[in-house]
Amino acid sequence: MELWYALVSLLPFEWAEPGHMFFMKNALLAVLVIAPLFGILSTLVVQSRMSFFSDALGHSAFTGIAIGALCGLAEPMWGAVVFALVFSLLFTFIRRKSALASDTVIGVFSSTAVALGIFIATLGGGSFTKFNALLIGDILSVEPGKIALLAAILAVILVLWVCAYNTLLLSALHPALADSRGVRVFWQEAVLNAAIAVVVTLSMTWVGLLVINSLLVLPAASARNLARNTRQYHLFSVAGALVCSIGGLMTSYYIGASAGAAITLYLAVYFALSMVFRRK
Amino acid sequence: MSVHKHDNCTGGCEGLCCLALEDVGVNLGEAELLHNVSFHLHCGEIAALIGPNGAGKSSLFKAILGQLPHSGSIRFQRSDGKKSRPIIGYVPQSPAFDRGDPVSVLDFLAAAVSDYPVFLPIPQKLRERVGDCLSRTHAGGLMDKRIGALSGGELQRVLMALALEPVPHILILDEPLSGVDIDGERQLLDMLDELRAKYDLSILLSTHDFATLESFADKVILLQNTVLAVGAPGEVLSSPAFQQVFHLRLGRGAV
Repeated sequence: MELWYALVSLLPFEWAEPGHMFFMKNALLAVLVIAPLFGILSTLVVQSRMSFFSDALGHSAFTGIAIGALCGLAEPMWGAVVFALVFSLLFTFIRRKSALASDTVIGVFSSTAVALGIFIATLGGGSFTKFNALLIGDILSVEPGKIALLAAILAVILVLWVCAYNTLLLSALHPALADSRGVRVFWQEAVLNAAIAVVVTLSMTWVGLLVINSLLVLPAASARNLARNTRQYHLFSVAGALVCSIGGLMTSYYIGASAGAAITLYLAVYFALSMVFRRK
Repeated sequence: MSVHKHDNCTGGCEGLCCLALEDVGVNLGEAELLHNVSFHLHCGEIAALIGPNGAGKSSLFKAILGQLPHSGSIRFQRSDGKKSRPIIGYVPQSPAFDRGDPVSVLDFLAAAVSDYPVFLPIPQKLRERVGDCLSRTHAGGLMDKRIGALSGGELQRVLMALALEPVPHILILDEPLSGVDIDGERQLLDMLDELRAKYDLSILLSTHDFATLESFADKVILLQNTVLAVGAPGEVLSSPAFQQVFHLRLGRGAV
């Protein structure tokens, strides 16, 4: 962290001067980790038409926190990670077994999980307000330990991408064709869904449930308008996520609004621009 | 176009290179999709699978590809008499790629034929390898096009190039003639003829286009949950079973 603080002090901002405003410097570093993480994951979320699934995961992640709290875990977040993993694997399984359309199955899962969360949270007259912070998120509250955790997840996702991107892409493009070439499509989907589940759950404290899905959808949605191949797709997605995240953080610092919301609005502008300048 | 006619094979493979289906059945839950399906497909032979919708053509392909559990036996025998698992190339029915997919033909093929992660810059060697694959179906010029921007005929050449890497013993095409125009159809059939002569591979395709069968197929298999007729195109098209299946179907549809 000392190295990071030293690096930041080279920036020409008043908060970047050495010795104070550590929360802002932490937040900037966290954003530099979260943005590529979501930018990369976003490419396959959109390619696999999983936007609605990631939305459902976000909205039901607090159910996991409620269950974690109910079980008396010191860190309810780990309860949420386990819940999200079970949720995503069960969803992958049911979708495979059922003849229903994907969005129908997601709707069933999403509403069940949200209802369960509210039920548990309000059990015995409990108040729901303690979960409000999760809905909006607070990037400024991120601690160095959590940044390290996010960085570790980014590393895991990068390893997953290097090892399995080809088969994940084929499964998303054409499951039957992938199957005929020996790709185990079910497990590809399971691994991708589990990865989305873990990333969404672990980052929701800082990004906020209501805006987390925008980070999983908008970077790649914009990049799709511009890119001609998978390299450009990743480049435009990650670069867009980075620029919008840094811009959103700065805006929220100088005019005082939720950073998550500001980042989302920048991403929406990026999407609008990508529509205007879309590939012919 | 040269057409080699093979004798209908009823017994074993008789020392020839062939795919032999014996008494193949497929059940999905309670429903019996296929039963008692037996036929032989020799190397270098083009066989057309015909039958009404729901006759089990796709299920039979899946059984041969090993994607669907089946009863009976599906064996492959090489010309030296050795039995082995065949390499099967599969060209799916005109797949609908998203028109906006930011995936180039190069990305698509490289992802399928190599372990090199295609979101990183693609090395020249891999590019050349994909170019070689594409040239087999005269699709080299499509390498940098997006798969969403290909025409029906172009997409089919790309999918066929993929199915030919590695060069298979058996090439299976699911309704390759639907979604291509007359010229595209001619080109495709010429290409199949060229490929089977060059690689001595067996080609099994499903089709609803009976008019062209005689010009390219060595063997026609009429399927409706089981094999109703098998033989040279002329024989099958004039068989009572063919008349029955397709006239009945038309008759019912007219009511």
